[in-house]
Amino acid sequence: MGAMMDGLHLAGGFADPATDAATAFRAVLQAMARPGQIESVRGAAPPAPCSHAAGAALLTLVDSTTPLYLAGAHDCDTLRDWVRFHTGAPLVGRSEAAFALGTWDALVPLTGYPVGTPEYPDRSATLIVDLPALSGTGARLTGPGIRDAAALSLPDPAAFAANAARFPLGLDFILCAGDRLAALPRTIRVEVA
Amino acid sequence: MSDGYNFAYLDEATKRMIRRALLKAVAIPGYQVPFSSREMPMPYGWGTGGVQVTAACLTPSDVLKVIDQGADDTTNAVSIRSFFARVAGVATTERTADATIIQTRHRIPEQPLTEDQILVYQVPIPEPLRFLEPRETETRRMHALSDYGLMHVRLYEDIARHGAITKAYAYPVMVAGRYVMDPSPIPRFDNPKLDRSPALQLFGAGRESRIYAVPPWTEVRSLDFDDYPFEATKADAPCALCGATDSYLDEVIVDDAGGRMFVCSDTDYCAGRRAAGHRGIAAPPELVDMGEAP
Repeated sequence: MGAMMDGLHLAGGFADPATDAATAFRAVLQAMARPGQIESVRGAAPPAPCSHAAGAALLTLVDSTTPLYLAGAHDCDTLRDWVRFHTGAPLVGRSEAAFALGTWDALVPLTGYPVGTPEYPDRSATLIVDLPALSGTGARLTGPGIRDAAALSLPDPAAFAANAARFPLGLDFILCAGDRLAALPRTIRVEVA
Repeated sequence: MSDGYNFAYLDEATKRMIRRALLKAVAIPGYQVPFSSREMPMPYGWGTGGVQVTAACLTPSDVLKVIDQGADDTTNAVSIRSFFARVAGVATTERTADATIIQTRHRIPEQPLTEDQILVYQVPIPEPLRFLEPRETETRRMHALSDYGLMHVRLYEDIARHGAITKAYAYPVMVAGRYVMDPSPIPRFDNPKLDRSPALQLFGAGRESRIYAVPPWTEVRSLDFDDYPFEATKADAPCALCGATDSYLDEVIVDDAGGRMFVCSDTDYCAGRRAAGHRGIAAPPELVDMGEAP
């Protein structure tokens, strides 16, 4: 309730929702289409511990029709109020989530999220992961969207490899650090470099 | 840009819905993601699916090109281009090289695309199995099980009857080794350009409410048989205006006596070649120096 009273949750949205969301979406689309490529996004200033990039992804993709799971430290009063005010997303547990937001440690294990069905593999959760840093080094990525091979600093390559093994079912990831983001769709083969 | 419209016409909730569908489409290449298609200020069949995908992708700094059967100057292309100039205020172009987003009806530009471009296809019937199996429940299960035997039988029957696969457009492809996809009614001549394209390819079917995608550099294989390999075909003639022998040609009837000529279907490609001094057998001298198409 404290956060509601001090009005913190009212600030930090897009200044120009239509064009800010359009620009942020293109960054997310590019990232999802070209795994390993790191994009910058601006315009959102969510309360801690949510990164600016994750905030922009929320404002661009999440609304009252997409249940959201806030994991661990992200499940705090201030962020809950901010999400409710700016997106109207219902806050739910992981089994009902269309989107989930948290640190890697808070989101794992990657069980219990919707992974889609064989007839509707798109009915699966997208996990927005707040990481301390993001760089084009580390795990080796191959698959659709990647010309030869790419590299990305992944918190636990084995978990992503296990997710890819379920294709066409599985989870998709938007990896955020500060105002930068990358994405990892379920199609990508992940190997420890 | 007109006042009174939200940027790129659609409301923000609709764009979010389409954007979520687009991301899942990219994450599952070739799989048709259902989306809640909106009524647009143009009839179904005029590219409402492509328009909705373009609207969800556009940013103010984009440069938009729209082609209809390769041509920039046909009614459909002109009206969609002016629609977005009006409701999104984006720059438009007829030059393939200058565009960041290209919305297309039934062609892939001749000029190779780049990593900085998005190609948006208008799709009438997204389901490649629809004319073989009318029930959505069944085609959905066939995709789930990767059961594409029916499609191979259909292609085989072509060979049995005609000695070759006769499907000339909307030739089915296998995307990333998993989903069979309808590439929209592009001529099969264009199929090889789908494979490992540097550009992101997005497909929107408005009436059928489906979105699908091919990420960059993704393997797209035209279905065929070992002894009847896929063949990209075109009219066996050079372009009568620019002399190109490597472009897809439209057949144009020029008189009442059966006279005909073949010209590039890609108007920008043809105009570019003529500006560079190339000319075909039917090009009057003044066409050589015209540069842009009239």
